[in-house]
Amino acid sequence: MTRKDRMNSSMIQVYEIESGNFTKAGEAAGNIKKLLRQLGIDAGVVRRVSIAAYEAEMNMVIHSIGGIIKILIDPEAITFKARDTGPGIEDIELAMKEGYSTATDFARELGFGAGMGLPNIKKCSDDFIIKSEVGVGTRLEARFNIST
Amino acid sequence: MRINDIINVIPNTLVTGKELLQKEVRGGYCGDLLSRVMAKGPKDGLWITVQTHVNIIAVAVLLEISCIIIPEDIPIEPNTIEKADEEGIVILSSPLSAFEIAGRLHGMGMDG
Ligand SMILES: Nc1ncnc2c1ncn2[C@@H]1O[C@H](COP(=O)(O)OP(=O)(O)OP(=O)(O)O)[C@@H](O)[C@H]1O
Ligand SMILES: [Mg+2]
Repeated sequence: MTRKDRMNSSMIQVYEIESGNFTKAGEAAGNIKKLLRQLGIDAGVVRRVSIAAYEAEMNMVIHSIGGIIKILIDPEAITFKARDTGPGIEDIELAMKEGYSTATDFARELGFGAGMGLPNIKKCSDDFIIKSEVGVGTRLEARFNIST
Repeated sequence: MRINDIINVIPNTLVTGKELLQKEVRGGYCGDLLSRVMAKGPKDGLWITVQTHVNIIAVAVLLEISCIIIPEDIPIEPNTIEKADEEGIVILSSPLSAFEIAGRLHGMGMDG
């Protein structure tokens, strides 16, 4: 089977992300990476999606009460979606600033809280949208073009 | 440079991956803030960090970092070792500081 055949149809995977589970954290991103590699996606694209997926997953573990991650793979692009059910982000512009973080001391001890996760996702993706409402939740979408 | 060459210059205890010492490492990074490492870490490289919890293995897998060096004989959590074995990541524990380790590797001609 050639790469083209494998990529002819689109594909969706869904992962549930648990708040506060630092042991499982990174598993969804790891599985996404393995899947993309199996599909023969360009290594540079795989790396960018992996970094974005990891940062979004960790944010859900650390800052949210939990949610889901979806990955959609089409012949032209990979779309990554993360959605959680709260607590939401009050000031998105501030949250997007490199260095801004509300991570707890516990999370900081583990090496989180540089305030670089969201900026990393934006840098890695070709298209990036984040929407959030306090009390409702945060939605994030990142798109990665697959060059052919 | 192979992981084997590093083992000969940095005093260490091999914690995981004794079957992976022929792997080539192409660069190195030193840091303990995980999203900074995510942004800057080299592919097929090595990483020096004082973090020892299991999430460092997730970072290494995603970035294709093949070797992690833990300085100052910091104790490593058992589930980190287990996960490293599972994922094929070499962990070295060294009595030297991160500064000293990076300095020696640089001296051997290794770049960031
Ligand atoms: N899913 C989310 N739910 C609620 N708040 C969030 C979420 N994601 C990010 N935030 C807020 O945005 C801030 C910045 O996020 P960002 O990922 O850039 O940094 P960080 O997670 O604090 O640190 P780092 O990612 O560098 O470990 C967070 O500190 C948090 O206040
Ligand atoms: Mg973050």
